[in-house]
Amino acid sequence: MLLILLGVLILHVIILILLIVSTAASAWSVADNSGKDLWYKCSTNNGGYHCQPSSNEDWIQAVQALMILSVLFCFFSLIAFLYQLFRLVKGGRFFFTAIFQILASVFVMCGAIIYTVMCPDDGTHPNFGYAYVLAWVAFPLCLISGLIYIVLRKKE
Amino acid sequence: MLTFLALTSVVLLGIVPEQSQAIAIYTGWERHALVGSDIRLSCSFFSWRWTSEDVTFSWTYRPDGSRDSISIFHYTGGAAYVDNKGPFRDRLEFVGNPGRRDGSILLKNLELNDNGTFTCDAKNPPDIVGRPSSVRLLVFEKVPIQAGVITGAIIGVVLGLLVLIVVIYYLMRFLVARRVFSLSVSKHGKKKKEGSQQRQGPVPPADPSKIKV
Repeated sequence: MLLILLGVLILHVIILILLIVSTAASAWSVADNSGKDLWYKCSTNNGGYHCQPSSNEDWIQAVQALMILSVLFCFFSLIAFLYQLFRLVKGGRFFFTAIFQILASVFVMCGAIIYTVMCPDDGTHPNFGYAYVLAWVAFPLCLISGLIYIVLRKKE
Repeated sequence: MLTFLALTSVVLLGIVPEQSQAIAIYTGWERHALVGSDIRLSCSFFSWRWTSEDVTFSWTYRPDGSRDSISIFHYTGGAAYVDNKGPFRDRLEFVGNPGRRDGSILLKNLELNDNGTFTCDAKNPPDIVGRPSSVRLLVFEKVPIQAGVITGAIIGVVLGLLVLIVVIYYLMRFLVARRVFSLSVSKHGKKKKEGSQQRQGPVPPADPSKIKV
């Protein structure tokens, strides 16, 4: 039982770290010399490295909000898990934790989908960067973790 | 002695501020407007002297990307002269009040070409030393969304809903618990009444809980 709990906790922390890196890193789409993402557009040209804030369009702001919300909800579910670990009745399920975790996964999915669909077309056809990949990896992990919490029962 | 002091103070008051006074002109820093709208560019000044009758205001305009300025407005001798040949002909109006040190102008029906820097220069004779002040005009086709407004709105709404749901959940639990509590109290009260009534009768009915023990 203890091993299972430890494993689940480690998974949760890994998901939280993935989400934080994906939200904060400047690499949702990369072209040759530039990294572009939610927050900044950076490019190296003429020997200088210039960064300017991302365009203020609606969809980028929506993606920003959804990623931040997913990080927050993952964090809330971690706190709820630790709280329910000590306060839950014997045989109870971690519902609060599961709800927050599943909501977090839904938000990541929405954010990644919106970014994919409305990807900025500058004509340079950039490839997707590692932060984008991390977001897509975090989504199924988060969903699985939430389902585990629904199934998990507190013993002893 | 007193008269000497009074004279020196008057002279000092007269000389020293004169050397340190300068006219200070205030305009905005940047103004945003939509194409086709009107905008009022305000200009006012501060001067130690009373507002003289020969106060002058003049506005010059420098388009974005150009190095030359063109004069578009001048107020002097109590009369306002607006642009009648330049880029703002028929679109400029004087809405200031020189008596109250206000030299604001109104630009009507803005176009995208009106992006640029507007400089206001005011003179209040004999107070003429001062720096003109500039305001930058930015004309947009549609109102740009400021960074972070939508982000903040979405986050705020979702967190607010979360807090609301949690509050409602605990409220329902509290109300249900109170209802259950009041019901059990009334039941307990009824039992007590029945017990005290039947004590007058022959034999009180046996209490099942006591038998079990």
